[in-house]
Amino acid sequence: MSTTASAAAPKKRLTTSAMIASIAAPGQRTAAAPFGNALVELAAQRPEIIGLTADLSKYTDLHVFAKAYPERFYQMGMAEQLLMAAAAGFAREGALPFVTTYAVFASRRAYDFICMAIAEEKLDVKIVCALPGLTSGYGPSHQATEDIAIFRAMPGLTIVDPADGLEIAQAVPAIAAHQGPVYMRLLRGNVPLILDEYGYKFELGKAKSVRPGNDVLVISTGLATMRALQAAEQLQKERIGVEVLHVATIKPLDLDTILAAASKGGRLVVVAENHTVVGGLGEAVAIGMLRAGVAPKFRQIGLPDEFLAAGALPTLHDRYGISAEAIASQIKTWL
Amino acid sequence: MSASASPDAAASGFPYAGANISLAERAYRIRRHALRMGEVQGQGYIAQALGIADVLAVAYFHALRYRPHEVRWEGRDRFLLSIGHYAIALYAAMIEAGILPESEIETYGGDESRLPMSGMAAYTPGMEITGGSLGHGVGIAVGMALGLKRKKSDARVYTLFSDGELNEGSIWEGVMGAAHWQLDNLIGIVDVNDQQADGPSSAMSSREPLHERFRAFGWHTQRVDGNDIEAVTAAFDAAREVRVAGPRIVICDTRMAKGVPFLETRERNHFLRVEADEWQQAIAVLDAGFSTRSPR
Repeated sequence: MSTTASAAAPKKRLTTSAMIASIAAPGQRTAAAPFGNALVELAAQRPEIIGLTADLSKYTDLHVFAKAYPERFYQMGMAEQLLMAAAAGFAREGALPFVTTYAVFASRRAYDFICMAIAEEKLDVKIVCALPGLTSGYGPSHQATEDIAIFRAMPGLTIVDPADGLEIAQAVPAIAAHQGPVYMRLLRGNVPLILDEYGYKFELGKAKSVRPGNDVLVISTGLATMRALQAAEQLQKERIGVEVLHVATIKPLDLDTILAAASKGGRLVVVAENHTVVGGLGEAVAIGMLRAGVAPKFRQIGLPDEFLAAGALPTLHDRYGISAEAIASQIKTWL
Repeated sequence: MSASASPDAAASGFPYAGANISLAERAYRIRRHALRMGEVQGQGYIAQALGIADVLAVAYFHALRYRPHEVRWEGRDRFLLSIGHYAIALYAAMIEAGILPESEIETYGGDESRLPMSGMAAYTPGMEITGGSLGHGVGIAVGMALGLKRKKSDARVYTLFSDGELNEGSIWEGVMGAAHWQLDNLIGIVDVNDQQADGPSSAMSSREPLHERFRAFGWHTQRVDGNDIEAVTAAFDAAREVRVAGPRIVICDTRMAKGVPFLETRERNHFLRVEADEWQQAIAVLDAGFSTRSPR
């Protein structure tokens, strides 16, 4: 991915983003702790909902739930294998566990427990994980660049990657209503709002066109959808029409909608995701198109297949090509 | 298999309370069912099954509360088989307990069988969890025990794991969690047979002093000869009745292949080789050993 040259050096020195870093741009509208607040609201109607975490309630917005329902909150300590196994045990006894940790720990450390104790048993456990893809400047220990690739291969696991605070709030009741295990990537803290400007409504399992455009189709998920929408607005000023098809549910994949859009009008098709180019949405869309005989000009925007650097998030997003500016400039080079 | 002693016993959830069959005979019959399954497949973790049979006899015919024909009965005690490869032993116990029909012995490990070689919850009535990926049972038990407390149930969770399995770090996450949450409704059982895939457990990882370790982790701890039915019975009773906060563990030292002397003395092995013509011989030796010990 090419580095995007900044027009001017930033005046304020950017610092490494820690776990508490916000991905909101200065002045961007945000929702506070949309996951925690939505879960509190839902839990009022669903007494079987409980919350579990492994020493990361504050950093996954589960502390909001813990405060509202202390008797329904279980702090399992820094023990992700126990976290997932215990969630399986709770689900067997009729509870509906919402389990939080960081995406790196769920996907790398607790995989076997999610796979065998939860997914193989089709248990109703909702795994909600912060710091997906490149949303921490801490370096590879906290950057879950390959979590979707890991989890896509797990049979029976539903995977959701919301784009903003609105979608997170809408996704919480939807994944709770779904029977079976779910992995949801979480943006936490003050989470940007953007989809409300487009009248978007989340539906589990559905890809949805968020804005129209005649020249380019961007198929995107998670944080990359927010960035793609910003890039599309920039490109509009240059009379480049970009449709953004947001794929919030990565598994099962809404290939019908994706193929219909990709078949339309000879447009450049770009998949954008906050994830390595290996094994994520890009490859899922590519293989789906290949199997269906749909063959548009196709490009991928995603994180490179390497361990990423530590540093300030805006710098890293520019460097690795998932800032709005980087997405816009890459699209232009492909037209 | 043997019928319940009385309708009252069945309703109480202790289907064999007062039954006129000794635990020793139950253990003998569990071993016999297991050997017959071993013969069907020509293989199986038979040494472990023979070793743990006495513990399972005490569990299913003395300690556990359940209804043989209603395996999902809410009031049941949950028995989690973390060591999935011991499924042959648990099937044998559940056959003896009337949970599974004896006729299914012939299907063991076969295509479409409800009795796969590694225990899986979706396949087998009475199999609470899918074990086999070792190190899962204690953590799942923690969640179930907490879940039962949430429901104000007085049912207990038993989880059977092994000394080899103690190598897994996840066991100790669960051990700490159970102590932290003071789970007095959780009873762990460790089968200590000093054998795992690559050799003796004691030669592979620091295991002892096991009793002191569990005690230091906050568990009520007992260590018994797992082939001494009276000792195991007393330990299970104490584990259920002792008035202390926190989880309980019964560490059971067992002898691989117990009950079939020519297999007991065979080179100790995680996966004991038994030749095709030896299964019937083993059953005959087991039968003879039982009839000389306790004629009936």
